[in-house]
Amino acid sequence: MAEVILKNIKKSYGDVQVIKGVDLHIKDKEFCIFVGPSGCGKSTLLRMIAGLEEITSGELHIGGTQVNDLSPADRGISMVFQSYALYPHMSVRENMGFSLKLAKQPAEEIKRKVDEAARILKLDPLLDRKPAELSGGQRQRVAIGRAIVRNPKVFLFDEPLSNLDAALRVQMRIEIARMHHDFDATMIYVTHDQVEAMTMADKIVVLQGGVIEQVGSPLDLYHHPVNKFVAGFMGSPNMNFLESTIKQVEDECVTVGLPGGGTVSVPVKREQASVGDKVTLGVRPEHLLEGGGGDGEVSGKVLVVERLGGGTLVYASLEDGQSISAQIDGNSSIKVDDTIKLGLRNETCHVFTADGLALPQIDRHPLADVGRGSGH
Amino acid sequence: MATPASTAAANSAVKTKNTRKVDTRPFLWPSVIVLFLWMIVPLAMTLYYSVINYNLLDPSFTGFAGLENYKFLLEDPSLWTSMWNTLVLVGSVLIISVVVGALLAVLYNARFPGRNIARLLVIAPFFVMPTVSALIWKNMMLHPVNGFVAWLQSALGMVPTDWFSQYPMLSIILIVSWQWVPFAFLILLTAIQSLDSEQQEAARIDGAGPVAMFFYIVLPHLQRSISVVIMIESIFLLAIFAEIYVTTSGGPGLATTNLSYLIYSVGLLQFDVGYASAGGVIAVILANIVAIFLIRTVSRNMQKA
Amino acid sequence: MQNSSDNKLWLTVLGWTVALMIFFPIFWMALTSFKTEVEAVSTPSLLFAPTLENYAQVFERSDYLKFAWNSIYVSFGSTLLALAFAIPAAYSMAFFPSKRTPGTLLWMLSTKMMPPVGVLIPIYLLFRDMGLLDTATGLMIIYTLMNLPIVIWMLYTYFKDVPIEILEAGRVDGVTPVQELFMLLIPLAIPGIASTGLLSVILSWNEAFWSLNLTSSQGAPLTAFIASYSAPQGLFWAKLSAASLMAIAPILVVGWMSQKQLVSGLTFGAVK
Repeated sequence: MAEVILKNIKKSYGDVQVIKGVDLHIKDKEFCIFVGPSGCGKSTLLRMIAGLEEITSGELHIGGTQVNDLSPADRGISMVFQSYALYPHMSVRENMGFSLKLAKQPAEEIKRKVDEAARILKLDPLLDRKPAELSGGQRQRVAIGRAIVRNPKVFLFDEPLSNLDAALRVQMRIEIARMHHDFDATMIYVTHDQVEAMTMADKIVVLQGGVIEQVGSPLDLYHHPVNKFVAGFMGSPNMNFLESTIKQVEDECVTVGLPGGGTVSVPVKREQASVGDKVTLGVRPEHLLEGGGGDGEVSGKVLVVERLGGGTLVYASLEDGQSISAQIDGNSSIKVDDTIKLGLRNETCHVFTADGLALPQIDRHPLADVGRGSGH
Repeated sequence: MATPASTAAANSAVKTKNTRKVDTRPFLWPSVIVLFLWMIVPLAMTLYYSVINYNLLDPSFTGFAGLENYKFLLEDPSLWTSMWNTLVLVGSVLIISVVVGALLAVLYNARFPGRNIARLLVIAPFFVMPTVSALIWKNMMLHPVNGFVAWLQSALGMVPTDWFSQYPMLSIILIVSWQWVPFAFLILLTAIQSLDSEQQEAARIDGAGPVAMFFYIVLPHLQRSISVVIMIESIFLLAIFAEIYVTTSGGPGLATTNLSYLIYSVGLLQFDVGYASAGGVIAVILANIVAIFLIRTVSRNMQKA
Repeated sequence: MQNSSDNKLWLTVLGWTVALMIFFPIFWMALTSFKTEVEAVSTPSLLFAPTLENYAQVFERSDYLKFAWNSIYVSFGSTLLALAFAIPAAYSMAFFPSKRTPGTLLWMLSTKMMPPVGVLIPIYLLFRDMGLLDTATGLMIIYTLMNLPIVIWMLYTYFKDVPIEILEAGRVDGVTPVQELFMLLIPLAIPGIASTGLLSVILSWNEAFWSLNLTSSQGAPLTAFIASYSAPQGLFWAKLSAASLMAIAPILVVGWMSQKQLVSGLTFGAVK
């Protein structure tokens, strides 16, 4: 039982409030990822859960106990740091066993647990080395090993992969996901990389400016962002935003104008929207149809073509001067200065009001409420 | 589920907040206390002695003196002479060490064979204890009969100079500069080395010659380090004592008596505690004027960092 | 491109000439220490039969060893004491700063501004009354206090460079502050602590105001002992040179090795 519950958590440095009241319920054995731009407060929030930053106000519960006033070591957590934070003067074995030694566990018990963790992480041959003699990936493993040895209720990860090169990062991503599966522990993971968040999380928490923008499964955030910030932050390449106005409003459908004179009718709740309102139409590049068609159409002049092999990214300037990007077939022969027609399907469009909020979609995506696949 | 009672207990724990917050102030206190005592006790005693009659040789000379000591001191020409000497000594050594130090820093920043060893030779005098450097200069360099300089002068057909009688202050300035130029050099060299090499290369591409480079790129970069050198040296130079004690004993007459030496001679040679203490107070005031500037610079650096 | 190699030649000549001129007095003293007393005061010459006689004589006079021991005792003792006070203080200020920390640091620095001559008289009288005059222990106390602000400052700047994540990892692993200090910070900061200690040793070894005023024979370190030769005693120059060379040589070597750290230490981190 290791739920993590945050109730109206706030953090201030002097007069500056950096966490402005966060409520969050992380279920037992959930893989929860905090994501957001730098300075959004995600690391501060994690450090408050770890007990490295004091909680200015609010309540933090781990496994049913309020832990606001407990020291980090008494919270049943362990943490993997961005810089690994290995003790440079200790061998790998001493690094991994340090917490047990501090807890005055018997030597043979420490040895057994360290050997066990080393076996899982394939660190056995490195146990007598110092951290300086290890590669980046090996250090990362030792840091994880140090976390495992304590057998915590909750693992905390603070951007653990950001110091690794791209290839190693993908490999460690898979290992950490695997580890989550094997250990059945609650994990809280901070990253600024939305790809990491999308690929690993059961639950993503998008933060900005010290407040939670949205909490949900990866596909929930991808298909049903509640506002323009989340829509723009999640997904790669970024969502297109087109300035537009509302042409027609029905109960479950809002029709907005398109550059070049067309319209598209988006199945969303009308809420307070009325005809003539300025809105932003959002559509992801991968949802645009090359050659037009769909439920609405725009056309523009191609500015840049990026051929990625599997797909082609096209940047174009629309008739009214707005720019758009589209991910189209990798075998498309389109060239710069060509005119391109792009079709929009109404169920993949998003309508954001002037204050950035999304009009709620009528239909939920069938996978939006499913976790990373293991289905806890 | 938590019972109401345990929730209440948890709430009160949130309020008191003393269980987790680590208090490391006991680690700091010993240092703060000893430094506070070191700062305040002797200073208070100096202030106290400066307003009483107190001579170690004359037990009958007692009682409250008020500002008598200060009055005598301020009327005493030796105070003004020694203050002037202090200023001359500090001022000349500062100018010499900054100018020569900067030139040396530029010279030894250039690449040439054996540069690193040459640098070590240049900074060496800074590590020589003041009494030894005073004795080297007094006995082996500037001695009118056996000194190396006297030998050079006679070899050139000149009459050897008796440096410490004819040019006492100049000799002291020479010795002290020899010790403190290396310090200025060391700091300015470090500062020059931290100069962005891309900035220098950009200036060279823009057509800056060595002179323009020095005045437009190097000197502005050195500004802060020069002010640091000036202030740190001021602290030490105001307290110059051993060099005078070993070579001239403040003489001839009062020619090389600075404030430190005056207070020493009044207090520990003539045993007039009250009078010497009044002099001490004046030295403290002088040093504080310098200190204010130094502290301001350092605190500005702290804010930057 | 030819004038660039010309420049290099000039630079080399100039650089070496200046360096040798500045170093000359030390060199000359070193040379004198290997001459006989007669040679030492006769016409300067590089040609002479080197002798170790002076060194032997200096060592025979057991009081030289006593003064050397006083120097060692005073400078290392005061350095250890200062480190014992300063390490916890710098740790507290570097890793648990409060609103008052910058002010405390500046105040500590300001105590270093006190001119020694301003407090000479009371210290002298206090020492006289406490029986500390002419004792190495008394001098050691003064040097500890004298160097404490610099030592705290230097350690503070070194500790600031220690990655705090390592200490935080320790806190997650359950260290107490005392364990954090001894099991993590001190091992991590050993190089910084060592160079701080070296600076403190150098400053104490070469200090000559307090040693001249507070000691004379029993407690006198080398600075005061060598000053006692200030009276014109031409006949002892070679032996004096030998004694002086031995007094400055260790510090010269240490100083050469730690010049970089010295800069940041002596300028309170203002120049790195």
